[in-house]
Amino acid sequence: MKTAVIRTSLSLGNVNLVLGLLLAVFITSVTLIGGSLVPHDPFQVDMGNRLQNSSSIHWLGTDQLGRDILARLVYGAKLTIGLGTVAIVVAILIGVPVGLISGYIGGKVDAILMRIVDGILSFPDFILAIAIAGILGPNLTNLLIAIVLVRWIVYARVVRGLVLTEKQKEYVLVSQTANSSSLKTIRMHILPQVIPDIIVMAAIDVGKVILLVSSFSYIGLGAQPPIPEWGAMLNDGRSYFQVKPLLMVYPGIAIMLTVLCFNLLGDGLKSHYDIRRGRGRI
Amino acid sequence: MSILVVDNLSKQYSKNLQALKQLSFSLEQGESLGVVGESGSGKSTLARILIGLESYQEGAITFQESPIAPKKRAPLRAYRKNVQMIFQDAASALNPKLPIWKSLLEPLKNYSEFTPSFIEVDGLSDKDIAEKLLGLVGLDSNLADRYPGELSGGQKQRVNIARAISLEPSLLICDEPTASLDVTVQVQILTLLKELQQQLNITILFISHDIRAVTFLCERIIVLKEGSMVDQFELDDLYKSRRNSYTKALLDAASL
Repeated sequence: MKTAVIRTSLSLGNVNLVLGLLLAVFITSVTLIGGSLVPHDPFQVDMGNRLQNSSSIHWLGTDQLGRDILARLVYGAKLTIGLGTVAIVVAILIGVPVGLISGYIGGKVDAILMRIVDGILSFPDFILAIAIAGILGPNLTNLLIAIVLVRWIVYARVVRGLVLTEKQKEYVLVSQTANSSSLKTIRMHILPQVIPDIIVMAAIDVGKVILLVSSFSYIGLGAQPPIPEWGAMLNDGRSYFQVKPLLMVYPGIAIMLTVLCFNLLGDGLKSHYDIRRGRGRI
Repeated sequence: MSILVVDNLSKQYSKNLQALKQLSFSLEQGESLGVVGESGSGKSTLARILIGLESYQEGAITFQESPIAPKKRAPLRAYRKNVQMIFQDAASALNPKLPIWKSLLEPLKNYSEFTPSFIEVDGLSDKDIAEKLLGLVGLDSNLADRYPGELSGGQKQRVNIARAISLEPSLLICDEPTASLDVTVQVQILTLLKELQQQLNITILFISHDIRAVTFLCERIIVLKEGSMVDQFELDDLYKSRRNSYTKALLDAASL
């Protein structure tokens, strides 16, 4: 099926989607099987070999404690990307049902849910996440909770807006006159129209959240040493930046490529769905 | 016997917008009643109230001698089994992402205890039932697997009609069912409705701005203007007696 997507995308000139998919294949394979190909332990300290340059043994050199950088990058990929994906999936699982209920039922339920959302939305999300992570204590689980708490509202808002337009459609009214339950009407007629938009949003959002996770680790509220999360690696490398700038360049490139991949996927999927809906090309 | 009695029905959207003003009429079993009026006369509001999509402030609706309270789920279920509606826009009444047979079977799936008479044998698959339904409205059975985008406007409206009659309702509300179609297809759809009415003994409430369509199908006509009934007459009396000036204006506009 993937090749089919690529073929139709190529024929329509959807470069974003193709590049995004290729990058995704690369990043996924590195994340999943890279660990077994790199012969070093990401946690193995070797003070005799600190700050080494690239060599045939350590392809990307070693850090200030003599740990293999490639091994740490590959190990960190699982953490960073995994955390970003899990955070968005959980945010969707909370936000989408809230948006569906709020938009479809309307009235008081809608008013109450949306005031809660407005309340959370009125804080800058980064500051709010810092506050939450700060109160709960700095570790990856709490960071995940903080990110979910600030991201689910975005999905609730967007989905509610989509539902408000969808429920005016005549086939939704027809479904009601056929005495379908609200749940059935939503499942049969509203959710399928909303899903493409959620997928596009999620793809771009995973990139954002990866940046957020890395930023948090960089300021010391996310992954704690010696965990090789990419943001934490940036933070570790900071003190040695003048001696060995590559310590910060490698995780920086990893973050950049991953975020780029998700943004390309998001943009590509958006034009892919827009074409299918006949909204014109890219 | 009256199948539907509407008594003093009033509906107010806002302070300055009263859609229906103390509307009263009744519908006899098996007849077809036309409701005519220009845009904004309250026709569609009436349809949406009767099908239970909207509430109303005053008045009473009695269906088969029992009162209908809007927004109460249990009585609505029995009511909607007996009262179905055909919407104005044939295209937007079908979910573009579902194949025709799935759209067709939605009402029947909600009333699984009910077996319509067109299903003569047991053990038919969902698709067989959908194909039988398509046959009832004169469509080819191979349309069942298609998507709404692949059908013409007339075919879509036939699908909508098939869906509405799948529960074998006693009352069929048609809200401008021909407004989105061109003239030749309009005649086909009206003829189909007429045939189905005789075949299945359905009572029809036919709402339209087009007095020609109404005279084609209905024996009795009421005229709405700004939410009030200004005239009502039997079709045979259309030219006989002196008609209300507004009715005349409508007739002149249609050059009848």
